[in-house]
Amino acid sequence: MWQNFAQFWSSGENIAFFILSVVIISGAVLMLSFTKVVHMVTSLAFTFLGLAGLYVLLHAEFVAFVQVLVYAGAVTILMIFGIMLTRHDVDQEETSDRRLHHGLTLLGVLGFFGIMFYAIQQARFPLPDHSATITDNTAAIGERLFQLHVIPFELVSVLLTVAFIGAIIVAKREED
Amino acid sequence: MGGIVTSYLTLAAILFSIGLYGALTKKNAIIVLISIELMLNAVNLNLIAFSKWGINPSIHGQIFSLFTIVVAAAEVAVGIAILIALYRNKATTNVTEMDTLKR
Repeated sequence: MWQNFAQFWSSGENIAFFILSVVIISGAVLMLSFTKVVHMVTSLAFTFLGLAGLYVLLHAEFVAFVQVLVYAGAVTILMIFGIMLTRHDVDQEETSDRRLHHGLTLLGVLGFFGIMFYAIQQARFPLPDHSATITDNTAAIGERLFQLHVIPFELVSVLLTVAFIGAIIVAKREED
Repeated sequence: MGGIVTSYLTLAAILFSIGLYGALTKKNAIIVLISIELMLNAVNLNLIAFSKWGINPSIHGQIFSLFTIVVAAAEVAVGIAILIALYRNKATTNVTEMDTLKR
């Protein structure tokens, strides 16, 4: 066991994975335990940045930068806008009914995680026989996106445009 | 025993469980939206881990995760817009008070 331990810490990739996963999980857990909403969103930004670091570790640099731009940048700022535009200083009162609900939810989520963990530990994932070392990640994604996946790409652009126009129309003040 | 992908899958399962718990227990609707984002991020991590360490590694996993990010961004925009419209009408962001359809 100690040999495995030393072997784990001798690899730089494992150390980076450990540190990044600590950042990710602590950001997510702090998001649940903070009481102020702005603190929650700030701790979630750490989770998103840690995930971007993991993507770099997995040789997916383009997705990592998209993650930083879209999640750590746009989504977090949008959430803060949503918080600032609404009332967020409501004190939460704990009733016994609420506590029962929390306990049951925790039980269900732990059961779900137990099943997932068991399945992951039982499944066999053989190492790939050929190592896919794609050096120019962005160019490869661009080629695949505009050759094989061009129809989903166009559809998703239409979806994004429709969603944003719909968001503007929904949030617009109705004149009466 | 699995390979190195097992640790990534476990981390994604932990993230998904935290997001599920937050989405089911939090009362502020914005925090519920954030928890759903956390769950989507766990799925992205799975896709990218399999695109590197799966049995048949290829770039497709990264492309799928890009599509997921796009759909998540659209979902956040529409969700925040609905929340602001609802706040304007009912002056609350508490999900337990959003029960107009139940009556």
